[in-house]
Amino acid sequence: MKTFGGSALMLDRNDINTDEIIPAKYLTENSKPALKPFILEDLKLDGFNPATDINNKGVIVTRNNFGCGSSREHAVWVFEVNEINVVIAESFARIFRQNMFNCGMPAIELKKEEINDIFTLSGPVEIAVDPEKNTLTAKGDRELTFSFDLNPFDRDLVLAGGWLAYADKKY
Amino acid sequence: MGQTITEKIFASHLRDKPTAENAVLDLDVVMCHEITTPIAITDLMERGMDRVFDKNRIKAVIDHVTPSKDSKTATQAKILRDWARRHGIKDFFDIGANGVCHALFPEKGFIRPGYTVIMGDSHTCTHGAFGAFAAGIGTTDLEVGILKGVCTFRLPQTMKIEIVGRLTDNVSAKDVILYIIKELTVNGATDKVMEFVGPVVDKMSMESRMTLCNMAIEAGATCGVCLPDRVTAEYLWPFIRDEYSSLDEAVADFAGWHSDPDAAFAETRTFDVSSLVPQVTYGFKPDEVKDVTEMAGTEVDQIYMGSCTNGRIEDLRAAAALLRGKKLAAGVRGILSPATPAVFSQANDEGLLKIFMEAGFCVTNPTCGACLGMSNGVLAPGEVCASTTNRNFNGRMGKGGMVHLMSPVSAVAAGINGFITDPRTIKG
Ligand code: SF4
Repeated sequence: MKTFGGSALMLDRNDINTDEIIPAKYLTENSKPALKPFILEDLKLDGFNPATDINNKGVIVTRNNFGCGSSREHAVWVFEVNEINVVIAESFARIFRQNMFNCGMPAIELKKEEINDIFTLSGPVEIAVDPEKNTLTAKGDRELTFSFDLNPFDRDLVLAGGWLAYADKKY
Repeated sequence: MGQTITEKIFASHLRDKPTAENAVLDLDVVMCHEITTPIAITDLMERGMDRVFDKNRIKAVIDHVTPSKDSKTATQAKILRDWARRHGIKDFFDIGANGVCHALFPEKGFIRPGYTVIMGDSHTCTHGAFGAFAAGIGTTDLEVGILKGVCTFRLPQTMKIEIVGRLTDNVSAKDVILYIIKELTVNGATDKVMEFVGPVVDKMSMESRMTLCNMAIEAGATCGVCLPDRVTAEYLWPFIRDEYSSLDEAVADFAGWHSDPDAAFAETRTFDVSSLVPQVTYGFKPDEVKDVTEMAGTEVDQIYMGSCTNGRIEDLRAAAALLRGKKLAAGVRGILSPATPAVFSQANDEGLLKIFMEAGFCVTNPTCGACLGMSNGVLAPGEVCASTTNRNFNGRMGKGGMVHLMSPVSAVAAGINGFITDPRTIKG
């Protein structure tokens, strides 16, 4: 069973769109690894510097309506090739959320207060996700544990390694 | 319990129901363009799965960057072109016949009431104007669609959007949808279908309904949808005349898709547009919308007319009516990109292109171009564009650029004065 988690990259803003995650001008790349350096290049967030803040991160923690805008799956792939394997948010835009599960990566929704709690942790934050037990722990200066809802079908996609593998077997 | 149009479409296309919340639907149409499809094709090839579920249900176009601007975009075009040829996809539109996907495919009669449609493009919601369930999806969904002819969705709830009152002069579908997005916010309709009904929608042309549905995604919606009626049937008549003995029969058949009177809606919102004034965005989100009067005086460098939102003949006619005999303000660049070859040629026949060109506009071939900041009018940092497109995200039309979304007449009014202007103040 694949494990999910890693160091958290905190993006404290609502409505981060897929143009900010990977600008359209890079959609001419025909390989996923080529997207790597352009992650979050156009993100409008005070104090955020993609050149230094991305290193060795495995999880993104953010607010409301993450991944809105364009349908580009490149927004998931650019995380994948940067070894980010989970996004935790208060809510997601539909297509982005589906793209995450389609790539076999969990998009986890927590309540507003729970997201707030993670943002109050100080020091580097480490997150570990258990998609079978529907729990995650966030460890900074203290340790927090949360349970989350994962739609059973979405979990099946994660376990199958994505929608293509699932659909190819089933349909 | 009655059903909404979307529930009827889901029920009639249901292939599988993995959980009570999820559906796998059979697809009527899978549409492809050269930005999101080549990587799907390459991946399918690498997996030894280079097949298509039904070559007649796949439609493809090179539209985002055309003619290709460099070797990377030329390669994307080539991958799509070779694939279409290899699989015998006859509805493939290349240079000379290509236009913006969400304007071109409806024009070809590919979308019908009750259809399920996907495309690797978020503005696929446009096609809901025909009473279809049409949703933007990512590349993996596209791959599965191409290969198996199915796609998965959570069962969407429907938000009924009732539009009442009467639109006044120089206030159009674009202003209506910007206003609705402002009220709902950018995620007000997430995981929902926005069903547009009411007397204002009934009176709208198919072009206007497409503008309305086009921006449903900007409120987070899975799809926009209008109930297919006589307007729909008249638009589609050249394509369906062999299937029905009369227009009335088509209209009656289409009515079968309408939401039942006792259908359950997650929410109903009513918007009275009688006193609506032209709307303009001010920030980097499509719900950051103000009355044009509040934005008046904001200087612009460029006017962009086109896109899947407002590049249709109706848009060009409205803009040209205001522009006739006038010129762009000194120092303002105007770019007109008619959305399809048919729109281009119709605009030419009607003398509209001449009006734009005499005003100082550059007319480009049909393409997405500057709408997503890839070619044909990218902004320099610090520049401002009055645009008829649908997204004002930071960097959308070029890094450091600012995009104000507005209707075609408002964009032209900004062009004439060099700053955002209430189009109702421009004298004919
Ligand atoms: S015109 Fe713009 S929004 Fe429409 S499909 Fe093209 S890039 Fe997307």
